[in-house]
Amino acid sequence: MYKYNDFDESFVRNRVAQFSAQVARRIDGSLSEEEFRPLRLMNGLYLQLHAYMLRVAIPYGTLNPDQMDQLAHIAETYDRGYGHFTTRQNIQYNWPKLPDVPAILSDLADVEMHAIQTSGNTIRNVTADHFAGAAADEVADPRPVAELIRQWSTDHPEFQFLPRKFKVAVTGAAADRAVVRAHDIGLVLKRQDGVLGAEIIVGGGLGRTPMVGKTLKEFVTFDDLLPYLEATVSVWNLLGRRDNKYKARIKITVHEHGIDDIRARVEDRFAAIKPTFGGVDMEMLREIEGHFVPPIFADKPVDAYTRAYEADPVFRAWADTNLAAHKAEGYAIVTVSLKKPGQTPGDATAEQMRALAQIARDYAHDELRISHEQNVILPHVHKSNLPALHAALKAFDLASANVGLVSDIIACPGMDYCALATARSIPVAQGIATRFEELKLEHDIGALKIKISGCINACGHHHVGHIGILGLDRAGVENYQITLGGDGTEDMVIGDRTGPGFAYDEIVPAIERILLSYLDLRDGPEETFLATYRRLGLAPFKAALYPAKEEKANAA
Amino acid sequence: MSRPFTPKVITANALLQGDVIYLSESGIWVRALHEAALILDAARAEALLAEAQKDGMVVGAYLTDAAEGKHGPEPTHFREEFRRTGPSNYPHGKQETGARANV
Repeated sequence: MYKYNDFDESFVRNRVAQFSAQVARRIDGSLSEEEFRPLRLMNGLYLQLHAYMLRVAIPYGTLNPDQMDQLAHIAETYDRGYGHFTTRQNIQYNWPKLPDVPAILSDLADVEMHAIQTSGNTIRNVTADHFAGAAADEVADPRPVAELIRQWSTDHPEFQFLPRKFKVAVTGAAADRAVVRAHDIGLVLKRQDGVLGAEIIVGGGLGRTPMVGKTLKEFVTFDDLLPYLEATVSVWNLLGRRDNKYKARIKITVHEHGIDDIRARVEDRFAAIKPTFGGVDMEMLREIEGHFVPPIFADKPVDAYTRAYEADPVFRAWADTNLAAHKAEGYAIVTVSLKKPGQTPGDATAEQMRALAQIARDYAHDELRISHEQNVILPHVHKSNLPALHAALKAFDLASANVGLVSDIIACPGMDYCALATARSIPVAQGIATRFEELKLEHDIGALKIKISGCINACGHHHVGHIGILGLDRAGVENYQITLGGDGTEDMVIGDRTGPGFAYDEIVPAIERILLSYLDLRDGPEETFLATYRRLGLAPFKAALYPAKEEKANAA
Repeated sequence: MSRPFTPKVITANALLQGDVIYLSESGIWVRALHEAALILDAARAEALLAEAQKDGMVVGAYLTDAAEGKHGPEPTHFREEFRRTGPSNYPHGKQETGARANV
């Protein structure tokens, strides 16, 4: 993985020193809150409902074991002994105290991490496919491009005061695991005639106005990629609306001007700035690529795996749900679920983080990833190591066999923590997961993505959940709207709203009614919830959700 | 015609700890809602808020509705209920410090 050079090291250290001085000046009264707020946000420090919250970037979701150990150390030393992995491949600490934040940032710098541009109207942490460098279906590893974008966008002088935040996601595979069509810019790496490049998708986003991203250009070679991105952000920076923050994101700019108009402007801008790059971007990319050489994969038998798979039903259940196809013979990608039913989605204790770090050292070529689905990935595990790895996970309560199932729920922090939230998300996720564990229906229901947001900003990606739940404040009471049929993959679809929302104590039974109907309606166990919904549409699920109303309508 | 004034408290977050605080009758900031001053008229509310917003050791002071309870002010909206209690997924925040005692 990427290793800081002297420039990165001194840049991050200087920023820590700068922000430490700003914190000191805030505490001694030299800076007012009004002056301090934009400075703390530039460094990832929010003030939430109960406490400060520090959002730390995990660029393109990649961590090494020493970094994971340090995240555990920070959780234990300055926080409440846990961290929350988010839907944007960040980790959030929910309880830091202002005077401790400089020390936390210094500890992060010790392991080449930071919280820069995890907030504010800047280009945020660049996310990527969490199976990057390991997936069997990959054209190219997206991480070198993501790292190039991180370096280019960090403290980019033109892009520190954008109309609004700007999020970039990169995938190197046709199967989109990085939700690239819901980002301001999404890149899909492709190879054409032996040359690597990317499809550039622009103007996707969720939030108040969900939009599926549109193709700005089918193929841009790596040679032109960075100037093309700069041209795109630059066009939006001038054109994007600053009069209304709800209309400031590039998705609205694209919608208002049309993709053809935006493309013409980007092409003009690109022609003007391309010569100024002079090839230095490609030199940097080549240097970065050298940091992402795949590990040396072992060629050895997988008998230990086969034996355990046949003999141990618990191991088999876990292997069936939590493993994905690896590009190397004899290897698997492991998803470690942070979704034990009843647990807060995405939370890991310091002890669990340390265990994961050690497991990565012992069995997974020293690599970890954080997925936007709030799980931890061990991207390179030889199958012969899986039984021992599974046993190690079990010892730390990390062996839930539920990846991609009903209890593998994305949930934002919601009103349990977030100052913007209009309702809680976490207890709804806990309630659904616990209920379906009681019903023992999880495996019967099969592939399902439930996504929950506690406000319209949609950090929980509810619009693209097969079942999406949006928590709102309706006349001073928590109320939950349901959407069905959303899909965050390469076939991205925004879900359909079912109708009136449900009270806090009605939402889990409502989800149960939807899923029991699905079991009745499906064409057999092979037909997933999403496929059934696409075949039948909203009507039968609506009937199950609002039974009284339907009866009334029938009687009339 | 303006809406009739409803009883309020002044709340904010503490600069250093970041935790929820309330303005008491004696003008000092307290950690428990039931120790807060319940403000019954608009003019006093505005005057106290203006004063609170000048305090450099607190952040984001605002007025929020509250009702007179048996042991002092109580929240009228669930957001303020969570703020005076803490998150529902862990026993962290005010619920562990006893700031919610006697309510």
